[in-house]
Amino acid sequence: MENRAIFSGKALAYLLVLPQFAISLIFFYWPALQALWQSFLVQDAFGLSTEFVWFENYVTLLQQPGYYHAIGVTFVFSALVVFFSMALGLLLAVMANQNIRGIQIYRTFLIIPYAVAPAVASVLFIFMFQPGLGMIARALQRWGIDWNPVLNGGHAMVLIVIVGVWNQISYNFLFFLAGLQSIPKSVIEAAAIDGARPMRRFWTITFPLLSPTTFFLIVVNITYAFFNTLGIIDTATGGGPNGATQTLVYKVFLDGKAGSDLGGSAAQSVILMIIVVVLTAFQFRYVEKKVHY
Amino acid sequence: MANCEWRIELLFSRFIVLLYSLLAIRYSLVKPMANVTLRNVKKAYPNGFEAIKGVDVDVADGQFCVLVGPSGCGKSTLLRMVAGLETITSGEIDIGGRVVNQVEPADRDIAMVFQNYALYPHMSVYNNMAYGLRNRGMPKPEIETRVQEAARILELSAMLERKPGQLSGGQRQRVAMGRAIVRQPKVFLFDEPLSNLDAKLRIAMRVEIRKLQRRLNTTSIYVTHDQLEAMTLADVLVVMNGGQVEQIGNPLEIYKKPATTFVATFIGAPPMNLMPMRYAGLDIPGSTDGVIGFRPEDLELANEGTPDGSLPFELTVTAIEHVGAETYIYAMRPQQGDVTAISAKPGEPPPGEILVRVPGQEAPAIGEKIRALAPREKLHVFVDGGRKRIEL
Amino acid sequence: MIEHRRFGNLLPHLVLLAGVAIVAFPVYLAIIASTHDNSVIANGQMPLYPGTHGLETYWNTIVSGTGKTTRAPVGGMMLNSLIMAIGIAVGKIAISIISAYAIVFFSFPFRMTAFWTIFITLMLPVEVRIFPTYKITSDLHMLDSYSGLILPLIASATATLLFRQFFMTVPKELVEASKMDGAGPIRFFFDTLLPLSVTNIAALFVILFIYGWNQYLWPLLITTRDDMQTIVIGIKKIIDVHDALTEWSVAMATAVLAMLPPVAVVVLMQRLFVKGLIETEK
Repeated sequence: MENRAIFSGKALAYLLVLPQFAISLIFFYWPALQALWQSFLVQDAFGLSTEFVWFENYVTLLQQPGYYHAIGVTFVFSALVVFFSMALGLLLAVMANQNIRGIQIYRTFLIIPYAVAPAVASVLFIFMFQPGLGMIARALQRWGIDWNPVLNGGHAMVLIVIVGVWNQISYNFLFFLAGLQSIPKSVIEAAAIDGARPMRRFWTITFPLLSPTTFFLIVVNITYAFFNTLGIIDTATGGGPNGATQTLVYKVFLDGKAGSDLGGSAAQSVILMIIVVVLTAFQFRYVEKKVHY
Repeated sequence: MANCEWRIELLFSRFIVLLYSLLAIRYSLVKPMANVTLRNVKKAYPNGFEAIKGVDVDVADGQFCVLVGPSGCGKSTLLRMVAGLETITSGEIDIGGRVVNQVEPADRDIAMVFQNYALYPHMSVYNNMAYGLRNRGMPKPEIETRVQEAARILELSAMLERKPGQLSGGQRQRVAMGRAIVRQPKVFLFDEPLSNLDAKLRIAMRVEIRKLQRRLNTTSIYVTHDQLEAMTLADVLVVMNGGQVEQIGNPLEIYKKPATTFVATFIGAPPMNLMPMRYAGLDIPGSTDGVIGFRPEDLELANEGTPDGSLPFELTVTAIEHVGAETYIYAMRPQQGDVTAISAKPGEPPPGEILVRVPGQEAPAIGEKIRALAPREKLHVFVDGGRKRIEL
Repeated sequence: MIEHRRFGNLLPHLVLLAGVAIVAFPVYLAIIASTHDNSVIANGQMPLYPGTHGLETYWNTIVSGTGKTTRAPVGGMMLNSLIMAIGIAVGKIAISIISAYAIVFFSFPFRMTAFWTIFITLMLPVEVRIFPTYKITSDLHMLDSYSGLILPLIASATATLLFRQFFMTVPKELVEASKMDGAGPIRFFFDTLLPLSVTNIAALFVILFIYGWNQYLWPLLITTRDDMQTIVIGIKKIIDVHDALTEWSVAMATAVLAMLPPVAVVVLMQRLFVKGLIETEK
């Protein structure tokens, strides 16, 4: 920013930055540092004294089968949500990019899920999938599937995946559409003249040229699946049955509410923090690349 | 018995000839006929706008046809219709004897060089050229041969592993051409390929394109808005304006005998001088809105005499431009209050101004009075609002 | 695309219609459910067309509680959500725009430090620092209050980044001309910069409003009083009762009400919304 025309007046500058800086400090850094600090402590049974134990909490955590279970759940859940919401978003974007009439109307409908809170989306689907009275639940029963997300872990996972995918379709759709529209039409025409049929054109030209958008969306979708889905899980399954839908973030939430293991819960938070840092760094590396295109 | 043998021999030799021709065509020893014919081709958009108003063009096998005209005249649209990238409202487009209106671009056996090159940014130069061949299932060794050969012709051999982003404008243009020639198509289509290059490179590439086309002897259709490019490249020149063909023919013919005032002022630079007939003191029986034209280079400066009925003009010099090899003299006819039938449009000289082109550097001074002669045989006469040419 | 399809552009329309159906069906169903009597729904007999109980259900939901579950009328919850959403949107925009202004247009020691400090908060979503933040909010006596709902969420780096990016495209001649006209930094901000930023502010407002309205975890933790609940939390409480007792018609009505403002905002300000979405992620 060497070329910036600037004002003098340092006092004013500090004043302007102060509010955000202060809030960041109070509500972001201080809690984060506290979590970091607490992750190195262990409380005694009465919560009266604490002891500094270095990485013991982390070691304990990584030895708990419950923790690995949560990692597995998070992995499966994220993979499914990311894959399906991106695939559907891409499909819809490709169709919408075809210069057809009424595109505005389609787009208006397709961005609705983004505006719906994850928790509310969850309620909508709970209603449809409620054993006994939900429309889809009854249809499943008629087809011989014993649908019961309360008892069946697999069903519970399917339910929250469906909600997550529904919620994220809009975002992926919009970004893929923007990405598609940034590919010069003449390159596609050249490929057509070069003998490539539509499917071949898509996989050899369009999809590779979409890769910056794709990478970016993968990171954003993973972040969504990790962090923004707490509302879905809390309303739909409560993490059950038997922890079948307990992702890492949800586990932090439950363990923290129980309040029994301060150190362990803090350690979980710190691990998640590290994951976010890695994801964000990854995202900015690729966004930078996109800008240079 | 003799009859039988003779018959068999005849059949056999015919069979051999057939086999040979098939093999020749298959291995490109003899290229199949690849003329391009447009028959009353029209294109109208859903909102009613007629982009192409009925065009007939005939390009023979191996000819270089140039479509030239101002922006918006429909030349690019026409080219894209030949390519299959735009739909045809009515009429027929014929490539190599086959009507291709409903045929996909991929199946028309054409290759196109786009204005912005449209190279595949994520592929190397080699793969850019090989892509079309791979799509057609050509075996790898043959692809290798063709790409290397094209690279050699276009001097790209050192750059085959680079990506388009790492190349200069001129290099990209050559890759775009390489991509077209490896396909050995029936027709080359060029959509203003030189517009994005700087002036010097443009001139150099212009000659290269022509040499290349002659060497490959492929039918080519080339679109440009630059009349100089058009003149130098074309075997057949098609001048277009407002969706219609103004004139088709050999470039020099068009230069010598433009069919309309549009062609007259579009082809040849600096443009032809036009003026209403009555101010030149001429008369054409039966028309009142005749326009005469004479090219700046056809005017002679002479202080007296009107040999062979040439038209004299008494002029006052208003501006001089020295270009080095020649000089342009801008001069005004002294009669004021000329209400001319030619409206002053942007880019056209004000009514009453005449441009004279003389070789060399000697020129009269500004304000001096000169006398220019337009030889009678170099006069062009147009009637019907400039749409029809007649001979004096 | 280029191909001459005999059936015109049937395939894209089919796929897009299917997409719209998938997207709209749950919402449609909720609207339908909110207009039927609960007993019809509980029996699994709910039809696909609207019923006649709509007015009654919505009235009960918004204004009076229905008494079966002790929770506040939804009308109050919507108000809370509105205050929270607008508070967060306005708060974020306000503090981000002045920070970005300072970082771009001023030169002061620790300028880049300030920038990076703000930037790193991107890596700390609320879910990751949830309990310590709760404790601090509690210590500051901000539980069950609007400030507690709003403040911990407003130091957003995304808005700052967006404004910084935008400010960097402002030609410096504009600043110089302004200085020559005798305007100080504050006048420049209000007279020149702010008007230029209106589109960006509007786009951001849409995104942040939705973000604020749809918050789940944070309001859940820090509000315990019934009258401070937001509508998104309220829904959970309604269906938290075992499903035999859940009043689905009310729950769906609440869901519809919870969806209405953000969806309306997004649909009506579509262009701004899309612009905001894409700009903030660059």
